[in-house]
Parts: sequence; structure tokens; C-alpha cells
Amino acid sequence: MNETTKAPEAPRKIGAQRPQTRLSKLFDNRWVGLVGLLIALLVPFVNASNYTMSIMTTAAVFVMLASGLNIVVGFTGLLDLGYAAFFAVGAYTSGILATRFDLPLVATVPAVIVVTVIAGVIIGAPTLRLRSDYLAIVTLGFGEIIRITANNLPVTGGPSGIYGIPGLTDSPVSLYFVTVVIVAIAVIGASRLGRSRLGRAMRFVREDEDAAEATGVHTYRVKLAAYIAGAVWGGLAGVLFAGQVSAISPNSFTFLYSATVLMAVVLGGMGSVPGVVLGAIIISLLPELLRDAADYRFFIFGVLLIIVMIVRPQGLWPARSKEALK
Amino acid sequence: MTQLVWNGLFVGSFYALVALGYSMVYGIIKLLNFAHGDLYMLGAFSGFAVLSALGGVSAAMTLPVLMAVLLLTMVSTGLAGVVLERVAYRPLRGAPRLSLLITAVGASFAIEYGMRAATGPDPRVYPVRLSGTSIEVFGARLTLQQLALIGVALVLMVGLNLLVTRTREGRAMRAIALDPRTSALMGIDVNAVISRTFFLGSALAGAAGVMAGAYYGKIDFLMGFLIGLKAFTAAVIGGIGNIPGTMLGGLVLGLLESFGTYWLGGEWRDVFAFGVLILFLTVRPTGLLGERVTERV
Amino acid sequence: MTLLQVSELRLTFGGLVAIDGLSFSVNEAEIVSVIGPNGAGKTSAFNCVTGFYKPTGGTITFEGTSLLGMRPSAVAGVGISRTFQNLRLFGELSVLDNVRAGSHLWLKQSVFDALLHTPRYRRSERECTDEANHWLDFVGLRGDRYSAARNLPYGEQRRVEIARALARKPRLLLLDEPAAGLNHTEKAEMLDLIRRIRDLGIAIVLIEHDMGLVMQVSERIVVLNFGKEIADGRPEEVRRDPAVIEAYLGSDAHA
Repeated sequence: MNETTKAPEAPRKIGAQRPQTRLSKLFDNRWVGLVGLLIALLVPFVNASNYTMSIMTTAAVFVMLASGLNIVVGFTGLLDLGYAAFFAVGAYTSGILATRFDLPLVATVPAVIVVTVIAGVIIGAPTLRLRSDYLAIVTLGFGEIIRITANNLPVTGGPSGIYGIPGLTDSPVSLYFVTVVIVAIAVIGASRLGRSRLGRAMRFVREDEDAAEATGVHTYRVKLAAYIAGAVWGGLAGVLFAGQVSAISPNSFTFLYSATVLMAVVLGGMGSVPGVVLGAIIISLLPELLRDAADYRFFIFGVLLIIVMIVRPQGLWPARSKEALK
Repeated sequence: MTQLVWNGLFVGSFYALVALGYSMVYGIIKLLNFAHGDLYMLGAFSGFAVLSALGGVSAAMTLPVLMAVLLLTMVSTGLAGVVLERVAYRPLRGAPRLSLLITAVGASFAIEYGMRAATGPDPRVYPVRLSGTSIEVFGARLTLQQLALIGVALVLMVGLNLLVTRTREGRAMRAIALDPRTSALMGIDVNAVISRTFFLGSALAGAAGVMAGAYYGKIDFLMGFLIGLKAFTAAVIGGIGNIPGTMLGGLVLGLLESFGTYWLGGEWRDVFAFGVLILFLTVRPTGLLGERVTERV
Repeated sequence: MTLLQVSELRLTFGGLVAIDGLSFSVNEAEIVSVIGPNGAGKTSAFNCVTGFYKPTGGTITFEGTSLLGMRPSAVAGVGISRTFQNLRLFGELSVLDNVRAGSHLWLKQSVFDALLHTPRYRRSERECTDEANHWLDFVGLRGDRYSAARNLPYGEQRRVEIARALARKPRLLLLDEPAAGLNHTEKAEMLDLIRRIRDLGIAIVLIEHDMGLVMQVSERIVVLNFGKEIADGRPEEVRRDPAVIEAYLGSDAHA
């Protein structure tokens, strides 16, 4: 590369030095995202059958989950194997409030945010001091605890769960549009978070905790913040899910589901927002395309995880170090 | 009361057997082998295959035949563990921890759902069922089979401990656990020792799988998931990487669960176990006997 | 005048005594070197000051405030920066991002600024990048600022680490063997860099094995041996100190 030492005016590929460069970079990012969003919004004009709308809405919710998990696993490097727990907390909080108090789903959102933040703190506070590999198993344990608790408590409806949750909108097509817009906002939010002071600190923690501490990053707080952000994203995705399916039960929130979200993040590229979106779309739509291989689905997932880690750990659409922080 | 203790010790000895492999592998390459519980499942199924191939087993011959099957299964599960390490973990040695952990999760899925694809989703009924006369000891009802299984578990654990503390092989393992690079410089074939560690750990898990199959009578492809978690819990309670600690941890977890179930009800059993795990990790992450390990280093 | 004051510092690992009653002080804009044979406890002392180790006894104060019990990020917050003996860069991140890490503590930007891309966010990002570029220019980095830090040659990585420490705007900089592994020219440049940092009004504590560099750059030298302080004085005094010559310079008295 050209020497920039003596030429501070040289175009900085990611620097904020020159307004034009910075703007064009922004445009670049938006462009890719906008095209993706446009394609997503055009789907109903091609095929608006209830079935298509249903799988596409599910895929959109899945994208939101993956972008939330990416904050924890991709940005911060903490392996969370119980992410479905937050999805469950969001869905149940919203479902219980909506059915008990006859509220529209939107009205439950503030409560969902509060409850997921609390859940994030309860799960994160004791475990984030642990070594990273212990964390993986503990989050898995928490995921199971949440699911079994939902299964055993009367307030969550036990094994049969909660039904009759009001929808966000009245038609599948409008639900799809609303979901896509909300998910797009969530994805942009995750991406902006990643390019902020806090997001950078998360990456420093991932790269080297001691060095991060030495530069003044309170690593524990940053990890907790990442965990809480992930929890809120997961919880809000849970609200969308509850509104879409109208009936939720503990079976929707198994370890298998957590692992599937993780698969999307790993396949797409840990730490890369566009990559994770791509990964989530692939993982959620692939089973629809390969119906015959349904029996082998999780076997293929498992093998794929190993292969990706050995052959291409950076994923399909890697986070480039120069792109990482605009 | 005595019954609770007895049940706890019995289940605990299974946990300990599986936890040992977890602990050994962690001790030597600092990897949480997420797929370890699935090797236990693999053991149960390979035992099932051997027994089915033998056809009917007469009641009188149950124990000796079971011992032979146990041995065969241990060898095959051990080899499976070696293959797993070779294919999935060895290429990633030196890679970031996160990559290794994710690979281990992938391996777990591949084994579980590979087995599901091969044998179908329904549980299998074990061709041998250990149901025998029960005797009464200090007010607790226990069967001879339970005693035999605990005996086998004990022999295996004691044997392993002797191997690790008294032999050349064990010394090599401990050396690698402390410092793999220096061990290699000292002429230890690190890859071979790691392979053998996987063999031993997996063989123990396989043995536990057969024993569980014969005792509970039913096996399925997901049976390893929960026991893997429990074994990890046991290893953490005792002090991961520490062999006597892990055995103790297994027994302690078995007892805690037995009493916890009695107080809270069966549906909360797993919640209770994970609660104990989280408590231990926050309050005493080195485990009951973990301190010894750090002092040695 | 006194910036850092270390008194009667003790550190033991189990039964092993790593530091045994170390006392020294650093004044504003002063260069102090800590020297001693390998294993004398130099890096351990750094780790105590920066909060990575909890000392067994003694006191450490910075401008009169005790640093004991603070976590490393809090120590960084009072104005102490450090580098590590074996380079601790964020390898996968770009060089620029590594240095931008230095701005973590003073950057005024909230999560909401970042989510909404407020003018404050844009301003603070620009400020942080400008600052990072400034310090990279200051340390004289050659090479691409946008590629992953691990791709740089070793000597350049050392500069990046120092730039990162400077971007923190410290009052005191602890350098752990900054010249280790550098060639002759690079060492001369490092000497010049250390002086230029001091000229900014930043005090420096230096751990270094290269006696030539230490003698040229230091205003004061603290000599450690087996966790104990055996001398503390100006370079020419230390050079003549019989205890030092015996313990450390004995074979290398001309240095």
C-alpha cells in the first residue's frame, strides 16, 4: 500500500478525514443494504401466498435473531449457546401481557425491553466473569433452565404454552412488510452499534482482554453491555414471533434453535453484519428448498459447522478489518 | 433417606465415568469436548448393535456377556473418539478457542443426527435388561446389578487414576497438560498422547453408555446431550482437569440431584443441576479439589 | 512534582517472592529506567502498578491517589498507559482501529448517538480518527494503516502499540522492553521517540535490557535484583555503584 506516513492528505479508505470519502463509503454500505431491503420488500409482489409470506416472515425474524447473536458472538467473541432463552423471554412476556390484559402487542414492547434487560443482567452478571469456554456451557444451561421453567410454571401455560396472542397486523402480507421494516431497523442498529465506541470496545475484548483493559476498557461492563444488547434484540424478535404464530410453547425454544441461530452467524461470518444477514437467510430458507433432506438437516448443519471452522472460519461474507470500523 | 443416598451414588457413578473423559480432554488440550456426551450415546448404540447381533442372551449369562460387550464397546467408542479428534479438532489446534468450541458443537450435532439418520428417531429397547433380586441394605433397596455396575465403574476409575499417576503414559499426559511445546521438545509424541487420551476418555463414556442402556432399558440418539451437560457440571464441581476431583464431583452431583429431586419434585431436577453448576462456577470456579491443580502448576 | 510513588511494594506467588520491598518514584516528564537481570521482578512491578497483579503489600500512589485495588481499566483512567513485553495488539483489527482504542476513555459518545448517527457521533468519530492518525504520524509508522495489525513487521507493530498507548493521552507511560528485537537503526529511532514523548510532558518508566539505550535516555535508573532494589540514581552513579556492577553489569562494565 502507498505510504501514508508523510502524506496525511492521501485518501483514507476508512478514515473520516475527508468528507467525500466518508460519504461515498456510507453510500457503499447503504447501497448493499438498500438493494437487499428492496428485494425483501418486492417478494410479496412476486408471490403473496400465505405459505410464502409465512416462511419469509419467519426468515426475517430469524435475521433479527442472528444480528442480535452476532453482537454477542461476532463482535465480542462470547459463545452463547442459549440464545433462544431471550427469544423465549421476549415471546412469553409479550404473549402473557397481551393475553392477560388484552393489550395490543405493540403495547407490550416497553415491558419486553425491561424484562429482557433484566434477564440479560441476571444471566450475564454471574457468568461473564468466567472463562469464555465455561460461559458457553453455562449459557446452554440457562437456555435449558428457561425452557424447563416455562414448561413447569402455570403462568406460562405449561407444556401447551400460550395461545390466542393477537397479531401485529391483520393480513399476512402487511405483517410481512411490518416485520421486514422492523428487522431492517434492528439490523441497521446492530451495524451502527458495531461501528461505535462501544462496538469497538467489544472487538477489543474479543481480540485481547488484557490489552483492552490496559487501554481503559472496562471489559466486564462491555461484555455485559453486549450481552444485554443481544438479549434485547432476541426479546424483540420474540415479540415478532409471538405476533406471527399467535401460539407459543416451550418446544419453540430448544437448544436446537439456539444452535441454528449460531449456525447462521458462523456461516455468514462472525462479526460481519451483511454476512450474518446472508447466513440467516440461507439457514432459514434452505430447509424449505431441500425438503427431501429434512432428516439429514441437523446432521448437515453439524458437519457444515466443522467444515466452516476448519476451511473458512471467517464465514461466507467476512468482516474485513478495514470495513470493521468505518 | 438411605435410599436417596444410594440412588445419588448410583447415578453419580455414571456421571463420574462420563465426566472423567470430559475432564481428561480438558486437562490435556483445554478443549470442552462438547461432543463427549454423544460418545456416551455412541457407546450405548454400539453395545446395542453387538447385543442384537448376538441374538438372545440367556438370563444366566447376562453379566459375563455384558462384560464382553462392554469391552468391545469401549474399544469401538474409544476409536470413535480418536477419529473425532483427528478429523475435527486436530486441524484447529492453535486456532482461537471460539473456533474449537463451535467445532465441538458441530461435532455433537453431526454425531447425534448422524445416528438419527442411521437408526431413526425412535428410542430403542435394549436387548438386555438388568432386573434382578433386590436386597436391603441399611433400609435402602438396591439390586445386585446396581452393585455390579457401581463395581465396574469403580474399577474403571481406579484403573484410570493408576494409569495417569503411575505410568509413563500418564506422565506424558500430565506433561502435555502443563506445556505441550516443551513436552514436544522433550521427545514426547504429543499427537499420539492426545489421541490416546481421547481413546481413554471416550472408552469410559462408551462403557457408561452400555451400562446406562442395560440399566434403563431404553436408548435414543439424544441421550448424550443431557448427560454431557451433567458430566461437565460434575467435572466443574470437582475441579476440571483433576481426576480424583472429577470422580468426587460426579458423586456429589448425583447426591445433590437425588436430594434436590426429593425436595423440589422431578420436573425441576435438571434446573436444580444447572443451578448448582452456575453456583459453583460463580462461587468456586476451581471446584472442590481444583486448587491442587493450580498449586502444581 | 512527584507523579508516581511506589513504596515498600511486595508481591508473592504462593511461596515465591517476586518483589521484595521495592520503592521508587517518578516525577513529571522524567524518564526512569528499571533494569535488572531476567526474573528480577521488573514486569511484575509494572503489572502491580497497572492493576494486573494485586500486590501483597506496600502502597502505590499516582498524584496522591492510591492505585491499590483498582482494575487495570481504572488505572488507565487516572492517566497511566502501558505497553506489553510481548506485543499485545488487536491482531485482526486494522492498525488505525488499534490506535483508536486509545481514545476509548475520553471519547464523548453515547450508544444513542451511535444508533441515531447524531452530529455528536460524527464529530467524535472524526476526532478519534484524527487523533489516531496524529499519533501514528508521531511514532513514524511506515506501512498501511488499514490492514490488519498482525500483518505489519515486528518493529512497526511496536510503534503501533506505543501510538495506542499515547492516544490515551496519559501523564505517565510504562514501556516494557520497547527495543527488544529491534535492529540498530530501529533502536536509534526508538531512542528518539522516547525523548520526543518526554518532550510532550509525559513521564516514562522504561524496562529495557539494552544498556546503551538505557544509559543514553534515562534521567534516573532503578536497579532490581531478585525482587529487591539494589540501587537508584543517575546513570553515571548507577554505573559506578559496586553492588550494581556485581549483580548486573559485572560482565559488561563498559556499557
